[in-house]
Amino acid sequence: MAALLQITGVEVGFDGSLALAGVELAIDEGEIRFLIGPNGAGKTTLIDVVTGLTRPSNGSVRFDNRELVGRREHEIVALGVGRTFQTPSVFEQLSVVENLDLAANHRAGIRALMRRRRGVAPAVAEALEAIQLSDRADAQAGVLSHGQKQWLEIGMLLVQSPRLLLLDEPVAGMSAEERTATGELIERIAERCTVVIVEHDMEFLRRFARRVSVMHEGKVISEGSVERVRADPLVQEVYLGRSRDRRGHDPALDQQASTAEPPETTEVPAR
Amino acid sequence: MELWLSQLFAGLGVAAVLLLIALGLTFTFGQMNVINMAHGEFIMAGAYTPYLLQGVLGAGLAGLAFGVALPVAFLVTGLLGLVLERTLIRRLYGRPLDTLLVTWGISLMLQQLARDLFGAPNVQVVAPAWLRGALDVGPVSLSYARLFTIALVTLIVVAVGIYLTRLAHGRRMRAVMQNRQLAGCSGIDTDRVDQLTFFVGSGLAGVAGVALTLLGPIGPGIGTGYIVDAFLVVIVGGLGQLRGAVIAAVGLGLLNSFLEYGTTASLAKVGVFAVIVVFLQFRPQGLVALRTRALT
Repeated sequence: MAALLQITGVEVGFDGSLALAGVELAIDEGEIRFLIGPNGAGKTTLIDVVTGLTRPSNGSVRFDNRELVGRREHEIVALGVGRTFQTPSVFEQLSVVENLDLAANHRAGIRALMRRRRGVAPAVAEALEAIQLSDRADAQAGVLSHGQKQWLEIGMLLVQSPRLLLLDEPVAGMSAEERTATGELIERIAERCTVVIVEHDMEFLRRFARRVSVMHEGKVISEGSVERVRADPLVQEVYLGRSRDRRGHDPALDQQASTAEPPETTEVPAR
Repeated sequence: MELWLSQLFAGLGVAAVLLLIALGLTFTFGQMNVINMAHGEFIMAGAYTPYLLQGVLGAGLAGLAFGVALPVAFLVTGLLGLVLERTLIRRLYGRPLDTLLVTWGISLMLQQLARDLFGAPNVQVVAPAWLRGALDVGPVSLSYARLFTIALVTLIVVAVGIYLTRLAHGRRMRAVMQNRQLAGCSGIDTDRVDQLTFFVGSGLAGVAGVALTLLGPIGPGIGTGYIVDAFLVVIVGGLGQLRGAVIAAVGLGLLNSFLEYGTTASLAKVGVFAVIVVFLQFRPQGLVALRTRALT
């Protein structure tokens, strides 16, 4: 059976250097796949390529045997691919329920959109429940906390019932309890669709990951279970070689790495 | 007392037209961040619409021509805006200074085109019979033309308000303007929303143009006189904020009207500008600004 998402030879160049240098990646239907790697490895760029925000100079991305490269963002969403962003991205001036409603009706025509609707659609109510924001349904999304915004973003994907979800650092900047709750939410979502998660948080990874792909300098360098990847000398070299000159130990392989350690991303706000 | 009331009424009349122009800019400038200097020429195009229709239908049907001109002007200038968006502005998103220069050039071209087509001298649109005369309330006389303008603008403001906040289609428009990337990744065809936003914003300029014909003669340069004031209304009100635009338009209209009384038109303008300059020192984000937990 062909993979649900098949990425072959994808290259993206930024100012002469290659952000992606021939990525090969296959995700089967029903998987939860973790994508890890040092900063600048090209993880977010890869998601941008799949969702149509960045056009690769080379290579192909096939989803359910259809080529995604060259399609516009909203067309890719219509095929069933959803994503979140590294910084929580919601429509700040709309209310929580309006955000969900907007995502739920992304395919609706002008006639349906020009009618006034009362009440909340069942799919929207269900998503509100799942992301635990039912009591804040009418709050403006801009005033939500960091974690709540990230949940709302996931909720906006839920109402679209996508077949493939790409989550870019869903637990960055969250508290320990929020991380666990998010992980459990993602596991529930994964019963219905395929999920790809970019994440730095090792505690989170150990707890929820089954299969992991490691990226480095625009390529996938290793793939397999968490244990297998951790034992891979190539991965050790990448992480250790990189981390030594910064902190002297490696967050990915350090068994004692605690959740208190800040995730490696510049986008995490000081809170 | 009568004097105050009639100044108040005159001020509201000016405010209504200003608001109608600013409303169009709320879409193109406030929501899309495009500084469209040709907006003034869309007003001019709207103003010539009843003039042309009256020429076609003849003097007997001047009233009908005026009524028909409202929707026709909306469509005509909306389409003009759409053509401008598709051919030029689409390539300039995120570069407001470039749009300013390009649309300024377009504005000059359109003015010259109007001079060639209609001649440089001003022309007068015949006000329909039902808008002539005035309603006498005690000692104050309220002209029907002004009353009509105020009613028309109120109606449009309410309609736009309902569209933007109550209807899913309007929320979709706001969503694209707030975060284009996220909107695309939420499955919204952002290109089509851009086109529609520009169409509606430009179309409102046309309606404003028709309303202007009630206030006096029209000419190829009619738009330039209003465009700066309208931009100021949008900035003072807060970018893309309907409520702010209404308050700012009424405030500036009244201020202008009261300052004009006892001084001259140009002195009043200086006064209004001075007030705005001082105001923006203290509230550069405008009257109505959104407060959110931003990450940056």
